[in-house]
Amino acid sequence: MAESNNHLVTMKGINKAFPGVQALEAVDFSLQRGEIHALVGENGAGKSTLIKILTGVEWQDTGTITLENEDVFIRSPQHAQDLGISTVYQEVNLCPNLTVAENILIGREPRKFGRIDWKAMNSRARQILASLDIDIDVTQPLESYSVAIQQMAAIGRALEISSAKILILDEPTSSLDIHETEKLFQVMRKLKSDGLGIIFISHFINQVYEISDRITVLRNGKLVGAYETQTLPHMELIAKMIGRSLGDFADMTRIKLESSKHIKEDALLQARGLGRSGDIEPFDLDLHIGEVVGLAGLLGSGRTEIAALLFGIEKPDSGSITVNGEPVKNHSPLESIKRGVALCPEDRKAAGIVDDLTVRENIILALQANKGWLNYLDKQQQYELADKYIRLLNISTPSADQPVKNLSGGNQQKVILARWLVTNPQVLILDEPTRGIDVGAKAEIQKLVLELAEEGKSCVFISSELEEVLRTSHRIVVLRDREKVTEFSGEVDEHKIMHAMAGGGS
Amino acid sequence: MTQRKASFTWRKITENALFFPFVALAFILLFDFIYVPGFFRLETRDGNLYGSLIDILRNGSTVSLLAIGMTLVIATGGVDLSVGAVMAIAASVAAVMMNPVIIGLELPPDLMKFINDPHFTYAPLWQVILVTLIVATLCGVWNGVLVAYARIQPMVATLILMIAGRGIAQLITNGVRIQIFYEPYAFIGQGWIFLPFSLYLVAFVFAIAWILTRKTAIGLFIESVGINFRSSFYSGIDEKKIKLLAYTFCGLCAGIAGLVASSNIKTSDANNIGLTLELDAILAVVIGGTLMTGGRFSLLASIVGAWVIQATTTSMYAIGVPAFALQAIKGLVVIFVILLYSEQVRDFLRRLTSQKEALSS
Repeated sequence: MAESNNHLVTMKGINKAFPGVQALEAVDFSLQRGEIHALVGENGAGKSTLIKILTGVEWQDTGTITLENEDVFIRSPQHAQDLGISTVYQEVNLCPNLTVAENILIGREPRKFGRIDWKAMNSRARQILASLDIDIDVTQPLESYSVAIQQMAAIGRALEISSAKILILDEPTSSLDIHETEKLFQVMRKLKSDGLGIIFISHFINQVYEISDRITVLRNGKLVGAYETQTLPHMELIAKMIGRSLGDFADMTRIKLESSKHIKEDALLQARGLGRSGDIEPFDLDLHIGEVVGLAGLLGSGRTEIAALLFGIEKPDSGSITVNGEPVKNHSPLESIKRGVALCPEDRKAAGIVDDLTVRENIILALQANKGWLNYLDKQQQYELADKYIRLLNISTPSADQPVKNLSGGNQQKVILARWLVTNPQVLILDEPTRGIDVGAKAEIQKLVLELAEEGKSCVFISSELEEVLRTSHRIVVLRDREKVTEFSGEVDEHKIMHAMAGGGS
Repeated sequence: MTQRKASFTWRKITENALFFPFVALAFILLFDFIYVPGFFRLETRDGNLYGSLIDILRNGSTVSLLAIGMTLVIATGGVDLSVGAVMAIAASVAAVMMNPVIIGLELPPDLMKFINDPHFTYAPLWQVILVTLIVATLCGVWNGVLVAYARIQPMVATLILMIAGRGIAQLITNGVRIQIFYEPYAFIGQGWIFLPFSLYLVAFVFAIAWILTRKTAIGLFIESVGINFRSSFYSGIDEKKIKLLAYTFCGLCAGIAGLVASSNIKTSDANNIGLTLELDAILAVVIGGTLMTGGRFSLLASIVGAWVIQATTTSMYAIGVPAFALQAIKGLVVIFVILLYSEQVRDFLRRLTSQKEALSS
């Protein structure tokens, strides 16, 4: 059991440049057998690029990769798989309409007389999931299960693909709730004890501490260092990630207290008996000037459904909305925009960014839709608006003409925020605005929300991180099973809210 | 350092939407330069310009017109298979309006004697053109409603009119081919004002489309809808109206192309006018670099795409390739261009070079 034999993979001096960006600069990374190694860093730190090189999606410009004492050049994802490197990506890349078993074994179906042996396939899939302690009907379509189960299926698939030695989990917990995350961690610990090396990429610092053995920190494409998790204090890690001390979080309470003084009696938006069967039971909601209202609830409790109703994505089948005292008639996004309501949707990729358009075009999109097709903003105005918000929100992009798909997740999120801020909304609904983005950007966005409130806007803040909802919201609405359960305002006890979220006395 | 700068500008050129269509065109013209003597000769007769190059432009004008409308439709993520049939409908409407006798309409006896007169038309020319274009536009509206509001897949929705359209065109002319004698009408496709008149039509329609999409926000909306209609909807864009507009405009373009085509052969032939031209139009757009899945588009690149197709045809005829072999040759050109666009091929080339660099350093 010499040290060197324990090394699964060693990456040395990895360089990678994209047009206009040095994505990685002389980065080293190593992973050992039976180790969970967290890879952390802000948006654009180079985590994704490093992983893409390790999985053959991109090729390094220079640098070497040593796999079990052998130099390799990983040519393609297929090649990576053959070498025993399996990946589960941030967005689940499976076919929702195929069965769980088909998803796990697609391309490697067991055959009998040249035809697919369905029985063997289903039992094999069941076996794989059983090894992850999951017991479900594998003949059901994947989409009939929760995101967590889909994630497990993806892991099952990743393990099945090759006799995997290395498993890469890219933000696996970003759409999981607490219990699901715990379940995932159990699976990870089991795999670790089987001798797998796991690379865990996450923005959740607490989870990194809970599960990982070592941490590698990247910043701006450079290696900051690799540390034993045990010996690295939280605050020091965060300081290493963002390269500055984190006064921001401490400030938050003060800012929040300050801003709560500006809340006015008048309601900007009033919902009365608003509901849609199957989505959310009828509820009342008032949003006051200068107020941040947090929606707390577990995944599927109706948070996103409320946002969709308020913004007119879905038409309500009962109740009414008034904005500034005027009733909303048409319930469409365009009418909402005209009345000064904005929504940053939960699903950034599918409903937020338009990936081939440039940063500039993405930023002006909603404003232009509001102005109508004839009132085309001239190029100069477009650049002025785009540049202003790139500066204001600190969006890291080579230029306003960069296609937004080339930006990192957090910067894409900021572009969408910018898209809504240029419309100068009075009511801003933010559905999971900080999902999958780093601590620094998270703090920036939370602060921004409070600043907007102080300017007399009203915000709805939705997040699965209760801590974050608590930190930013003046008032908290608790949802459970597609129903508004209760409201809390003022100083709130975290446990009380969790109690309400989980379902009362029993 | 300078090398880096140079490769950057090279990159800028190759990433321009017009690069690959022009490369393809240049290859074909180079071929002509070598194998077809006098291909580039231009001459003026009666103050008008003639030559093979002019022929390419003129014969390519119907596909160019179709390609303009098709570009917008494809950019929304759709396709319009019915444009060839709409051309036939347009031709039938125009022919019948100029010469209704042929379908059994009784004219007053004093008019009957003019019926083969090259100066006679039953309806005045402006009415003929206006009504024809309205009918073609309505065809486009029909497609747009099916796609945008009834949510039928574009290929299926426009297939309906593609099949029914020629039947409708036959119905209009009572199943007969109508010869067109009226001379002024022939000017649309055959006239010359220094350059062929149909080229001015293409330029005019192109200018309208360009202003509509680049000087208003419609171009941005079309691209946005084509790339991600859900995000567009969330941003307040009326995705249905945008699609309806694209199909409607495409119908109008097909109508104009129908006028040009029927005036060119002085006949309304419901069975043959515009036959398989929808495929040429789609091809022109694809050569122009617009993705069939929608999104970014370049109108000019599509026009160049139409020229590539026409130049291939003309060149092949010029070196004596028989008509029946033409389709196969066209296929070769298409494969060449499409391969240039393939991400896989580009990636392959890029990797070849980058691996060399990685090895040498």
